[in-house]
Amino acid sequence: MLGLMVLVALVLVALLGNLLTSWWGVFDPATVRLPDKLLPPLSEASSALSKDLLPPFHMYPFGTDELGRNVFARMLQGAFVSLSVGIVAVSISLGIGVTVGGLAGFYGQRKLVFISVDSLLMRFTDVVLCFPTFFLILTVVALLPPSIYNIMIVIGMTSWMSTARFVRAEFLALREQDFVTAAQALGLPEWRIIFRHMMPNAMAPVLVSATINVAYAILTESALSFLGFGVRPPYATWGNILADGRSYIFDAPWLFLIPGAAILLVVLAFNLVGEGLRDAMNPKLRKRAD
Amino acid sequence: MSEGNEPLLSIRDLRIEFASDTRPVTAVRGIDLQIAAGETVALVGESGSGKSVTAMSVMRLTEGRIATGSIHFQGLDLASVPDAEMRAIRGGQIGMIFQEPMTSLNPVFSIGRQIEEVLSLHQRLSARAARAQALELLQRVGIPAPERRLAQYPHELSGGMKQRVMLAMAIACRPRLLIADEPTTALDVTIQAQIMELLRSLQREFQMAVLLITHDLGVVAHFAERVLVMYAGKIVEQGPVRDLFKRAAHPYTRALLAALPDPKAPGKRLAAIPGRVPSPAMLPPGCAFCARCAHAFAPCAPQQPPLFAVGEAHRAACFLHDPSAVASSSTP
Repeated sequence: MLGLMVLVALVLVALLGNLLTSWWGVFDPATVRLPDKLLPPLSEASSALSKDLLPPFHMYPFGTDELGRNVFARMLQGAFVSLSVGIVAVSISLGIGVTVGGLAGFYGQRKLVFISVDSLLMRFTDVVLCFPTFFLILTVVALLPPSIYNIMIVIGMTSWMSTARFVRAEFLALREQDFVTAAQALGLPEWRIIFRHMMPNAMAPVLVSATINVAYAILTESALSFLGFGVRPPYATWGNILADGRSYIFDAPWLFLIPGAAILLVVLAFNLVGEGLRDAMNPKLRKRAD
Repeated sequence: MSEGNEPLLSIRDLRIEFASDTRPVTAVRGIDLQIAAGETVALVGESGSGKSVTAMSVMRLTEGRIATGSIHFQGLDLASVPDAEMRAIRGGQIGMIFQEPMTSLNPVFSIGRQIEEVLSLHQRLSARAARAQALELLQRVGIPAPERRLAQYPHELSGGMKQRVMLAMAIACRPRLLIADEPTTALDVTIQAQIMELLRSLQREFQMAVLLITHDLGVVAHFAERVLVMYAGKIVEQGPVRDLFKRAAHPYTRALLAALPDPKAPGKRLAAIPGRVPSPAMLPPGCAFCARCAHAFAPCAPQQPPLFAVGEAHRAACFLHDPSAVASSSTP
């Protein structure tokens, strides 16, 4: 419950932040205010600034960085990037993983010319699993034009393997369950058995792995931005705020503490939500209404 | 059996093979079985005798391949109907209940939703009509406080309750034939009797034929009209229940009946059958029961006995009853 509330709050913040930072001129996270550089959180804007550069309420809630940019505004912009990377990348990886795992688990015994569907799909998964993912992402991102969408797609395409394995394992076990035979004996069509009867039973481990994957995707994006391969610099993400702040660890600790804490919070929230969802999907753990 | 008119289910010379690494294994070796509308037929046999495979092949739910023979239901060849039509028959025309009510219901959906799904699928009922009928079905199968049960999940119900729910789902579309695959094996004895009683009353009400698969001879004696005894993929004896119990002809059937506890002689050791069922991968050329049979003689080992008549509609696959043989006229 707590995780869900934090997550909803974060999504709201991210959406609002995206609106604010793109429509409100004084809130522009890219505005450079050299006289105000490296101010600690909650400090007031200096009077040396011209009127149209003054931040809202004349203060910097999260301080400023080495170029005098408003860290609060940058964090808001970064929240949108981080959350959308996490959610889009995991949607892609879930889509691929559930499809591959489901096909391998349910139709595994079928033969394609000389190899079974199961062998084909799972050996392919093993091959992809063998790539050093992070370096693969680095290579792809270095070759492609730096865009947040490319990063989402690449992260999504390199993180579906564990989901595929989970789903396959669940399907293999579920296929032999009596209720699947019973559903067949009641004349339910195959797609309905797969999606309506087996899927919900396979969802618990998938959801847990999905929420962990969201956290992983956010961390990967942060790491990429930290290394300078992520989003182009004027655009702020939590990763590049952290990267820029690392040179000022002792002079301006808020520059890495704030994005670091934000990443921690999001990852934690997703994990808690994953756990909560798993319990909610299990009727045995659900609290009785009466 | 109904003479003249077409039986509801007619299985002829059915052989079912399972693929294995070396050569196909035959689980069912040429059986014939007819069920007339409204009739109750019991298929009796040990584990591995092929009785469940036979039942599953009627529903076309077995991994095995029909090597020879045919299965006709209401004149329709079930081996060749298209998948969509087969799905309409499953659950619509033929209902089935299983041995394990504990695991035969989907654990993540409420009872109500699972019954409603069958109704809306086969009868295209609206959500409200399906709910009303699901309630009616639960009442019919004797579940107390059905309104409350509809919203409950399988783990909140006892085994007997779950089997009642399975029955409700199986009869939801008023099938002509109900296949009950060991419906009471996993239940307590007191619950067994209740479920069988319920099955009998549902059968009368809906005029269903029932194919009862069991190894419980007590259930057979109380419930069935006709019995077929299966051993190692073949039918070794068949006949009307009274006749078969009174004058069992095949040594295997007699051994089975002798293995039942006798309430008049408590404390008496039960008569076990020596040896074990031969594996379907290496069956002897002759009678499969030969090696365990106390009456085995010369013709048993080299050739398989056909079904010989031993009474009215009562037949046994044993050379002891071969009318052409001289030695076997008297009861051994």
